[in-house]
Amino acid sequence: MKKILSILLCAVIVCSSAALLTGCGGDTVGKNGEVNVYSWGDYFANGQDDLKDTIKEFEKETLIKVNLTTYETNEEMYNKLKSSNDNYDIVIPSEYMISKLIREKMLLEINYDNIPNYKNINKRFKNLSCDPDGKYTVCYSWGVTAMVYDKTKVKEKPSDWNALWDKNLKGDILMINNSRDAMAIAMQILGINPGEKFTKADIDKASAKLKEQKPLLKKYVMDQVFTEMESSQAAIAPYYAGDIAMMMEENEDLDYVLPKDGSNLFYDAFCIPKSSKNKDNAESFINFMHKPETAAENCKYLRYGCPNDEAIKLLPDDIKKSELTVPSEDYLNKCYTFADVSDDIYAYMQEQFVKIKAE
Amino acid sequence: MKSRKLTIPYIFWMLVFTMIPIVIIGFSAFNDGKGNFTLEPFQKAFFYSGVFLKSLLIALISTAICLVLAYPLAYILTRMKQSSQKTVTMLLMIPMWMNFLLRIYAWVILLQKNGPLDLALSLLGIHGTYIGNTAAVVVGMVYEYLPFMVLPIYTVMSKIDPGLIEAARDLGSNNAAVLGKVIFPLSIPGVISGITMVFVPSASTFLVSQYLGGTDDIMIGDVIDNIFWTDQNTGAAISLLMMVLIFVFLVLMNLFGDEEAIA
Repeated sequence: MKKILSILLCAVIVCSSAALLTGCGGDTVGKNGEVNVYSWGDYFANGQDDLKDTIKEFEKETLIKVNLTTYETNEEMYNKLKSSNDNYDIVIPSEYMISKLIREKMLLEINYDNIPNYKNINKRFKNLSCDPDGKYTVCYSWGVTAMVYDKTKVKEKPSDWNALWDKNLKGDILMINNSRDAMAIAMQILGINPGEKFTKADIDKASAKLKEQKPLLKKYVMDQVFTEMESSQAAIAPYYAGDIAMMMEENEDLDYVLPKDGSNLFYDAFCIPKSSKNKDNAESFINFMHKPETAAENCKYLRYGCPNDEAIKLLPDDIKKSELTVPSEDYLNKCYTFADVSDDIYAYMQEQFVKIKAE
Repeated sequence: MKSRKLTIPYIFWMLVFTMIPIVIIGFSAFNDGKGNFTLEPFQKAFFYSGVFLKSLLIALISTAICLVLAYPLAYILTRMKQSSQKTVTMLLMIPMWMNFLLRIYAWVILLQKNGPLDLALSLLGIHGTYIGNTAAVVVGMVYEYLPFMVLPIYTVMSKIDPGLIEAARDLGSNNAAVLGKVIFPLSIPGVISGITMVFVPSASTFLVSQYLGGTDDIMIGDVIDNIFWTDQNTGAAISLLMMVLIFVFLVLMNLFGDEEAIA
């Protein structure tokens, strides 16, 4: 009896998990085909925090089923596009990766007639430097790199990146665990412009600067920066401005600095890869995400910059006025966009950064 | 004949998911990215020998501590009533039902500044940092992998014929002699598979060190992960070296014990 009962229980567990996997979704969603979206994790408002679930809204309105898969790095996305047979209709890479994808002819030209909401996009975010003719991209979000610091530990408001090399904060500094951002910060201090083509010698100089910083660091972090800063475990860290806004909501001891000489302006844009089989659906997805109401919801969720002018008008005042989500035009003019570096230089940069960490 | 047919799916599985990937890794480790034979990835891999050694050292220390903790526990377990044995093994298993990352995260909260440990020790007047160093990584590893040491030892020990122990006592052995001359030699296969099951994953993991370690506690798994972004060949070379090292380790272990122990 006991055995039968346990087998039954197992069967219940297995079946219910199977039901969970297959059971969701309305009956009619999918009538108009599907769209395979390959995106950064947590990149669309998902129904939490009193926001709408923008993907569900899209499904409801168009009856196109969205298959969402996520990646954590541009490189992971690139390797998957390059080597797997999966078909993706939309990817949302960052600027330097877009250049690479265009160079390697891995993207389809977008038919902007199918995206009427493209008119809402700010001029600055059309004809991006990675896509100067404006054929392959529709910008989704952007931001700058900034610093977050703990007012109880850092007495004077820092002004530029040099604060991350402050010996008085030894053991309390976090550094970004990403070769591009870390090297760019070091280069800016050394007076090398990461927005222009740089050489291996420049990378060596930046590496030396980062090596000097390593003994002062608590840790190299990416996502861990949230808990570290929110629970007052560290004094200062460089990170993406939109995320700093989120951290500041969790811990009122935190404040931010936009480095006075400018910073890195980055953006991610919707692109349609060559392997796409549902190009029309992909275009209606992009169009829906740039409806002012949808774009505003996503922006409230992400707190990253929103390239959609109409959407910004719909944002609540506290976000609209926040320098972290909407930096001033003056500040943006001081910022640089990371240069489109060759594969060779990029691999060298990555290798040098791993070596700094491994030493 | 019938048994042959039954093995086909397994052979297929091994071929597709074990052999072919190993061949691919071997191929890209001796490759310059354009299809030409080269040893350059291994030259580059040599730079990381320090990280290599440190990873192995951390794994060895963790394995040793696991063994010291697990062996007496397994012994005590076998001497309990049947029903309590079940309860205790259950208690050992329960944490493993939780996500690996959550368990590590719990340690981060325990050890962090103003965390429970820090607060408790501050009350006694002791101040210090307990996270961001190698010791914290070892603590995390031991916690993570202890059940993998206890269970195989316990399984082997509980199968030892009680008649042998009785016989040893009848022939005049005291407790220490029974343990040293009967139980320990018979439990060696369990010890060996326990060591394998703890050492191999702890040498190659990187999550534990990412969360509990500081800037100097990078492990080889982390290097492989990072280098794979842009340089698959060096990544493959390091992975291959790691596999060879672990293989050598397993063969050495095997020399000490039973053949069946190799996992």
